Amino acid sequence: MISDPGGLALVSLLLPAASFLILAIVAPLRRSGRPAAYGSILFAAGALAAAIASWRSHAGESASRLAWDWLPSGGVSIATVGVLADADSTLMLILVTLVAFLVQLYSLEYLHDEPPAALGRYYTYHSLFAFSMMGLVLAPNLLQLFICWELVGLCSYLLIGFWYQKPEAARAAVKAFWTTKAGDVGLLIGIVLLWRVTGTFDLIELRRLVTDGTVPVMGLSLISFCIYLGAVGKSAQFPLHTWLPDAMEGPTPVSALIHAATMVTAGVYLLHRTVFLFPPDVLMVVAWIGAFTALLAAVLACVQDDIKRVLAYSTVSQLGYMMAAIGAGFSAAGFFHLLTHGLFKALLFLGAGAVIHAVHSNDLPNMGGLAKRMPQTAIVFIVGTLSLAGIPLFGGFLSKEEILGATLAGHQTGPFILLIVVAFLTAFYMFRVVFLAFYAGPPAGGPSHHQPHDPPAVMMLPLWILAVLSLGVGVYSTLAGHFLTFGAEEGEHAPAWLTPSAVGVAIAGIALAWLVYQRRSIDAGKLAAAFGPIRYAALHKFWIDDIYERVLAFALLGFSRTIGWLDRYLVDGVLNVVSSWTVSSGAMLRMVQTGRAQDYVFGVAVGLLILILWMRWALA
Amino acid sequence: MGLQAYLILAATVFCIGLFGVVTRRNTIGILLGIELMLNAVNINLVAFSHFSGTATGMIFTLFTICITVSEAAIGLALVILLFRVRRTVMADHLDLLKG
Repeated sequence: MISDPGGLALVSLLLPAASFLILAIVAPLRRSGRPAAYGSILFAAGALAAAIASWRSHAGESASRLAWDWLPSGGVSIATVGVLADADSTLMLILVTLVAFLVQLYSLEYLHDEPPAALGRYYTYHSLFAFSMMGLVLAPNLLQLFICWELVGLCSYLLIGFWYQKPEAARAAVKAFWTTKAGDVGLLIGIVLLWRVTGTFDLIELRRLVTDGTVPVMGLSLISFCIYLGAVGKSAQFPLHTWLPDAMEGPTPVSALIHAATMVTAGVYLLHRTVFLFPPDVLMVVAWIGAFTALLAAVLACVQDDIKRVLAYSTVSQLGYMMAAIGAGFSAAGFFHLLTHGLFKALLFLGAGAVIHAVHSNDLPNMGGLAKRMPQTAIVFIVGTLSLAGIPLFGGFLSKEEILGATLAGHQTGPFILLIVVAFLTAFYMFRVVFLAFYAGPPAGGPSHHQPHDPPAVMMLPLWILAVLSLGVGVYSTLAGHFLTFGAEEGEHAPAWLTPSAVGVAIAGIALAWLVYQRRSIDAGKLAAAFGPIRYAALHKFWIDDIYERVLAFALLGFSRTIGWLDRYLVDGVLNVVSSWTVSSGAMLRMVQTGRAQDYVFGVAVGLLILILWMRWALA
Repeated sequence: MGLQAYLILAATVFCIGLFGVVTRRNTIGILLGIELMLNAVNINLVAFSHFSGTATGMIFTLFTICITVSEAAIGLALVILLFRVRRTVMADHLDLLKG
């Protein structure tokens, strides 16, 4: 049996690849729907088991690396492919495989109305996604990481556009693809520039070069900024955050897996892996943009009526949190929040999916009073919400404290203040969702003929697993003050007033939401009026989408018109002149062919005469 | 009179014949022009034969006359057939091969 972490990680990586290949090649199996789904889920479960085994067999700080030469040219190979199993990648691998497995299980019931061929297609994409994301996580070098990075982008596109008959879904898929691609170009440039400076793609090698001082980190500002651009696109940081809310057009389980727990956190993971390349000035930019993104998205989340969009903006906001921690110089804190966020955000999305499944609507005004009808869903959703709000004993508490402490310890006072405001807003908008969906009275449209109820066990099981895990991580980390290797180091830097104040603002946010949406002692309309201009701007998404549309439309249309003019008049003009010359010279030449024998005889006689004269004088 | 006089005569007759072939509109006129050109060649052959003292040119002339007769017979037959089909013997109307 394989027992080293690298080998187990490789097994874990190859299982979804095998599942994808089987489903992609064996078309009858794919079109059969449910059998394909069972196969995919089985492989995902195997991958999860191998990932856990890989993590357990991993010891201390050592890294287990399995790599094969790739792209040999002139005796040396430019890059390697393989797996790099260390403390971070195996932990991330568990998160990816766990959420992938649970989401696949959940989708079985969530998508039970889909035709078999569509269901098979869905699971094929899911297998490909799991493989790509795991390849990204385990990548020993930046080149493999980039390839997998693009593959997860492709899977995201395919799954957002799963219901491609819906024009909004197709549009959102294309938007997501293009927007992330804008950042990916930066990442590719950064990787190539880095290779020119250091001559290697390998992460361990790069770290050695930088810590030895062979490559001074101060000279890497431009390169690290380019790498950061890739993370901006993938992790939906301002100004490229606009694709993530639109990506909610995909099926809800897809949003849980790709657009909350795993793919969007790839940017944070990339920065965590390469943070040793970042000089302080670039980290400063990362921190400020992260904190600003967190605030912007939190404000936007407060005015959304679509439950999935609230969660999407909350994801953007939490990604900003992680980025801020990395920018403050404590990337481990950001990575820790990535892991806990992956658990409770997947839980929230799957819970929202259960609600949507029962109510057949995404809009909060159509819900209300669901806690009585769907008690189990309500409990797990509230667990997720408390985790996200950062309440002690719940999943997000310690990781959020870590990030706030990290920004203080990194002397990033500005981002710290922004993040405290965000903590308040997060608690507020999440409990707004809870009160509106689960507690406030039923919708005004009279009693619906359809009675919402808790989903069947296949959907409830993943929810309970995630809720128990969030709670378990939360209870353990709150009581112990650390979790695995996280929290021991940064905790010492944090001042004593930090924890009470962070929890205080979260409880204040919850209280405000309770007063406004449950007791209704504060009129929601008056509250909205108090924030009139901000609310108006937030309802229009701060016009960022409109600006993009205008600017891009202007630039693209202008460019297209110029190119069109050149094509029509310059390129076509040359061709038209050449062809008309050919036609007119042909028309003139055909006059020679009169068809009268005498003319030909005359021609022969004249030709003969010329020939005789020429031979007489020229050749003599 | 020397050889040169005969050659000049032959060349003159040849040119008259060629001129006729190229300019006459009537097909029968063209045939007559061809006859003139052939006879100019005959004059040359006979003159060379006379001045060189060998009989080869004379004999060759007999062949030419025979062939000329056959050619005239075939040519006139063609003209008659042409007249039956096209109702004309004018050369400048016969331009079916015009490009």
